Formats: sequence, structure tokens, C-alpha cells
Amino acid sequence: MGFDVPPPLEVPAERRIFGLETEFGLHLDAPRARAVTPEEVAGHLFRSVVEWGRSSNVFLPNASRLYIDVGAHPEYATAECDSLTDLIASDKAGERIVHDLIADGERRLAEAGVDGTIHLYKNNTDSHGNSYGCHENYLVRRRADFRAFASALLPFLVTRQVVTGAGCITRTPQGAHFSFSPRADHMWEGLSSATTRSRPMINTRDEPHATAELYRRMHVIVGDSTMAEATTLLKVGATDLMLRLMEAHVRLPDLTLANEMQAIRAVAHDLSAQATVELADGRHLTAIQIQREYLAVVQANVGGVIEPTDEVARILDLWERGLRAVETQDYSLIDTELDWAIKLRLLTRYQERLQCSLDDPRLARLELAFHDVSPQRGLYYKLVEQGLVQTVVDPERITTAMTTPPQTTRARLRGAFVEAAVKAQQDFTVDWVHLKLTGAHQTVLLKDPFRNIDPRVEALVEAIES
Amino acid sequence: MPQTHSSSHGYEDETPEPAPAPAKVESTDALDSLLDEIDDSLQVNAEQFVRSFVQKGGQ
Repeated sequence: MGFDVPPPLEVPAERRIFGLETEFGLHLDAPRARAVTPEEVAGHLFRSVVEWGRSSNVFLPNASRLYIDVGAHPEYATAECDSLTDLIASDKAGERIVHDLIADGERRLAEAGVDGTIHLYKNNTDSHGNSYGCHENYLVRRRADFRAFASALLPFLVTRQVVTGAGCITRTPQGAHFSFSPRADHMWEGLSSATTRSRPMINTRDEPHATAELYRRMHVIVGDSTMAEATTLLKVGATDLMLRLMEAHVRLPDLTLANEMQAIRAVAHDLSAQATVELADGRHLTAIQIQREYLAVVQANVGGVIEPTDEVARILDLWERGLRAVETQDYSLIDTELDWAIKLRLLTRYQERLQCSLDDPRLARLELAFHDVSPQRGLYYKLVEQGLVQTVVDPERITTAMTTPPQTTRARLRGAFVEAAVKAQQDFTVDWVHLKLTGAHQTVLLKDPFRNIDPRVEALVEAIES
Repeated sequence: MPQTHSSSHGYEDETPEPAPAPAKVESTDALDSLLDEIDDSLQVNAEQFVRSFVQKGGQ
């Protein structure tokens, strides 16, 4: 096309690309209908997507990816974001985008003789112990010792659930209790390149979706799907701050765990946070002690490696308050911001009204309602409306993010291409790094996720529009 | 016999018990009214509803 491939941009060390992938739970409530498989429901739900993009695996004009994943899960992957506010807006936009498929899906199901209601849950477990994930992506600078680098993050990831967990009722033969994280019981390894087979905390598959000489993608799959924007801010924000220290070779305390799998379960199931986990060096520490050590190092580097911003201050304040709330059992410190505490408050109040045990199905029903992405039925949204949950981004920004890509990354280029091609009714192929019109000779390769302006794409879009 | 109170001996102070402290802050009321609003819909066939949510595992 007459334009050279632009060289990778030189970007400051603190700039990072983030992405969140969310697998939604798909639930057809149709008590009087014939048996319907999840695949059939997903097929009806995605018919309008297929009609729009000729596939059930598409990139949208907001540059995000929408598809049906293994197990008939609708999945939404945000576009590349280089700020936490863009990420939260794009993630929340995803809830609305999948919700908007429901009315059409229900209509098509009715035409197929099935009258029912489709629910989509942004959660991590169904009622029978199956789990699905929320994957966090952090672009990091490539280094030779990636395995050691990733391993160093594990004690942080195992223990951060006391503040960033989604919370859940865990049912056991001995009765039910409230846990920090629904995902904890489904983790089987620290690091691995497999996912469905082994479920590691960090997937080490080397797939950077970017210039491989410069970058790697840290693919964290141990986290819970989070509803509250502040919880997402802390989950991704604190992890980013940890990575910044690690990338700057700041010395972190050695808190290597003796056994990550035992530790993540022990922490998840002890709301009092008194349980200790064993470290490789033989010490026994609580999750709070481990988190406090990390927090202290991060705080000590604000003004140095970490540029002090309002956002960093907000993350550190919430992080500290969350730890204090768990220590003092004063959950009112965080129960409008952190998912598990928001849910616990809701469940406790409802349980008091019903005078029932924690394994009562009405409480399980309430739990699902919290994660329901419907703005009408979903409890999370009602709590926001009532001022019982704080938000981080302007609602208008979420609406905008449904159709507009983040403007400061490669997402802007992909979004512009998809939008132009759809408008001109031209067939095309896209993925995270390629743009191609069907039948065209050339594929535009976008290997730099930080580059938001590219003459090759401008020329392509102009050609489509003319 | 005009016995007005059972506490005719022992307590000099006959002032009524103080009203319970207004512990319920505004947000508490909001949470209760929210639960009022959804209570009916949550109770309908809760068990069957919950049990019918089955998904194969994802990643």
C-alpha cells in the first residue's frame, strides 16, 4: 500500500496494555420446556451476532472480541486498554453487550418452542461445581527469566483474594460457609501452558499478540470475575503496581509459598483470616501479613518507580482499607467497594430476614441475582442505583465504550477498520494483530499494541470508505 | 388493690426504657427496601431455579 511498517513505539516503562476476558455463565430458566442443551441456547443467543459478522467469533467496532467459548460460554474480551478507567469502562460495556443479545435469543428460542428466560451471569461457578474464568492480561517487557518472573507473583496472587475475591457461599457435607473466592477451589497448578486440562494460576503460553522480541503477555487466570468497578480497579491496579516493581527490579520480600494449591484454599475458606500458610523457608504467615508486606514495598516506591497519581492513591487506599477490614472484621470499611464484602452484607441481611441456614437455595438464588448482567434484574445494578455500591467510571463512558474503542492503543485502529468495513458491507478478517479485507492481497500486521496511529490503516479505511 | 407496677420495690427510677438507638442508617433502609422489592421473585421456585443452572467447565 506504499507505507512502510512503522517501527515499535518507544513507550515509558509504566505504560502497560491491559485486557480482561470474561466467560459468562449461561442459564436458561424454562421449567416447563423440553430439555435444551447449553449449545442450543448459545446458538440462539448468538444468531444475531452470526448474522452481523458471519461468525460466532467476531471483533466488534469497539475493538473487543465476542465469541462462544469452550462449554457454550459467551465470552467477551476487552480491547487493548492502556488505562484502568478505559479497562473498567470496556469491561462494563461487555456486560451490556452480552445482555443486549438476550431479547433476540429468547425470541428465537420461543420460535423453536422453548419459552423461557435467559440469564447471563458474570460469575465463576454454576450450581454443580463447574468453573469458568475471568482472565487478566498484562503486557510485560520480554525477559529471559519469564518463569521465575511469573513465579515471583504467585504469593501475591494466592493472597490477594482477601481483598479482590468475589466471595461465595461454599457448600460442604459439613454445612455451608462464606469464602473469599469461588475460583480458589478450581486451581490446580501455579504455572502451566495448558488451561482447560490443568487450570494454572498463570498461563505461560507464549502468545504476546505483539512484537515477540519486545513483549510477553502475562495471562493471569486465577482471579474472580468482579462486578464492582472498585474491585476491578484494585484487582488489576494492585497487580499492575506489583509488576511495575518487578520490571524495575525492585527487591521484593521472598514470600515463596511451600504449596500454592494448599495455600489458596486455606486462605479462601477462612474469613477470619487467621489461618496461616507455610512459606518455602518454613515460616507461617497469614494472607494479611503477606499482603501487608507487598503493600509496604509498593507504598515505599511511590514517588520513585511508581509515579504518584490520584489513581495510584485510590488503589493503595482501598488495598490498605481492605486488609484492615479483614483484620478488624469491620466490613463496613469496604462493603460498598469490594465484591465479597458487598455480597456478604447482602446475603447476611437476607438470611436474617428469612431466618434460614446459609445453604438455603433462596440465598443461592440471591447470589446468582447479584451476578446477573441484566440492568433490570441484576442486583449489582440495583445496588449501584441505590447508592449501596460505589462506581469508578462515569456511566456515559461505559455507554460510549460499547461502540467506541479505546483511543490510545491499537484498539483504535482495529475499531476504525471494523466499523468502516461493516458500514461498506465488505467482508473482512481480523484478529488481535491482523486486519484484512476478504479478497485483498495485503494483510495489515499490527504488532505494536501501543501504536494508535498508522498510515497503513488510515489508507485502508479511506479506501473502504471511497 | 391499686398496684400499678410490678416493680413496686427495688427501682426508684420509673422512667421508661430509652427507645432503641436509631442504629439503622440510611443505607440500611435502602438495602432493606431493595430486598423487599426482590423478595417475591427470589422465592419462586428458588431451588429448582438454582439447580437448573448447569454449565460445562470453561477455562
